[in-house]
Amino acid sequence: MKKVQFKSSYSQYLFLAPQLGILLIFLYWPIIQTFRDAFTMQDAFGFGATFVWFDNFLFIFDDPAYFIAFKFTIIYSFVITLITGSIGLLLAVQANNVMHGKSTYKTLLIWPYAIAPAVVGVMANYFFSERFGLLYHLFHELWGFNWYESVFDSYIYVIIAGSWKQISANFIFFLAGLQAIQKSVIEASMIDCKNSFRRFWTITFPLLMPTTFFLIIINITYAFFDTFGIIDTTTIGAPSGETRTLVYKAYMDGFRGLDLGSAGAQSIMMMLIVLVITIFQFRYIEGKIHYN
Amino acid sequence: MTRFITSSLSHLILLIGILIMAVPVWMIFASSTHTSSMINMNGLQMLLGDSFYENYLRVLLYQGGFFKEITALKMFFNSFIMATGVAILSVVTSLMAAYALVYYRIKHATLLFWIIFITILVPLELRIFPTYSVMAELNLVNSYFGLIVPISASAIATLFFRQFYKTVPDELLESAKLDGANTWRFFIDFLIPLSKTMIVAMLIFMFVFGYNQYLWPLLVTTSEQYWTVVMGLKMMSGSIVHRFAFVMMSMVPPILIIIVLQKHFIKGVFQDK
Repeated sequence: MKKVQFKSSYSQYLFLAPQLGILLIFLYWPIIQTFRDAFTMQDAFGFGATFVWFDNFLFIFDDPAYFIAFKFTIIYSFVITLITGSIGLLLAVQANNVMHGKSTYKTLLIWPYAIAPAVVGVMANYFFSERFGLLYHLFHELWGFNWYESVFDSYIYVIIAGSWKQISANFIFFLAGLQAIQKSVIEASMIDCKNSFRRFWTITFPLLMPTTFFLIIINITYAFFDTFGIIDTTTIGAPSGETRTLVYKAYMDGFRGLDLGSAGAQSIMMMLIVLVITIFQFRYIEGKIHYN
Repeated sequence: MTRFITSSLSHLILLIGILIMAVPVWMIFASSTHTSSMINMNGLQMLLGDSFYENYLRVLLYQGGFFKEITALKMFFNSFIMATGVAILSVVTSLMAAYALVYYRIKHATLLFWIIFITILVPLELRIFPTYSVMAELNLVNSYFGLIVPISASAIATLFFRQFYKTVPDELLESAKLDGANTWRFFIDFLIPLSKTMIVAMLIFMFVFGYNQYLWPLLVTTSEQYWTVVMGLKMMSGSIVHRFAFVMMSMVPPILIIIVLQKHFIKGVFQDK
């Protein structure tokens, strides 16, 4: 809160109006409709809707496909967070270490961040196609890889496709985090501890905690929402729905199945999940980390 | 000596990282310069072929076949309009909203704050069908307006600008007031020039965000005249090398922007150096 402020009866609303207007019409109105959809059921001919309380929610809890998508989304976000976080951190530490070429490395590692998930998916598609996909044939030689039929193999496919560009994002933020650590702290630790590996885990990594937790949230959000374009251009849920994320399933039920009630209920479940993650972030993580 | 070994190891690891990023893209590019029969017989290529101009010009300019009515050139035009629109609209509205939140004593300020920022928790994917029906009711399906505005309904930039304004010293407003600046003058002549780095960073971020949209354009455009590049990936048919060429071209604009404006982007987002 600023000590010096403007006092006016109307001009603050002129400044707020454009954004508030857009949010109200294109965000709040649809959200209200999502709730309306979730608690009603359309009749078969689309003439009207009946209020059905929590029926749509009960239906999705009864649907085994929902739990398959739920399980996949949890595994997917966990594995993507782990892989992209650790590779991103490894690269950032190396880039921070080198004396020469730091900014060249940065440029050469930053660009995949800009590529759309759908583009990444189409590219991955070429490497995992049965006809001429290099990775398909490499893995097929090794253990009979076949993502059309094996759930495990299809997981590998979408995890590789989903992780590739997200390594860049983790790299950028970890590098910025490393560069923000004061030189004096590092120099002092070098005197106290000769072992650089232990020094990293006891001094540097704890100081990176805020960045790490920020990236966990970023990566989970990415795995939940942004991977739609990847799933839709790679497995499309193959073998039989095991690689559908919750967002992808909700979309398919709403779009292909025209079941807006179910899609709405699934969206509200997702909103609850996002809300829980956010509260967790604010309450638990913000309270436990010491910012330097 | 140990110093030399550890630094060599660092370079080696970085090099492997760069290769993991670059090799897949290079292979698609190299393959896009060959003929389809070559790819169908021998798979993806590491070395360049000699059909570069032929393949890329055909994809860019040929109407009919690859897509039914639209050329890739027109799709790039649409993507550019959409991305620019999203960037400008969201950054301008966010700048203004953040200004009102920080520099005014507003009634129900906390409530307004939450009304704006809770929206970050509800990405478009969670309200996509209702958003579509709102657009249909407002008759905005198949229009640039329909492509741009729902994507711009985002408070992320507002959050960044609000954080930034809070770090601006109070003395700036005091001295501006002494100079007789009113609220518009202060906003336009003092605050906007001061937030230039942040504005550029947010413009880049929102441009890439807008350009990379996939699901929304897929839903809100039924007329080919409004198709964008990224959604076009779902629609493209035709021979394999032409698809490679289209994939390659689709990633050029955002990568170019990130690389060229890298310094501004990082400076703005991390507010450092």
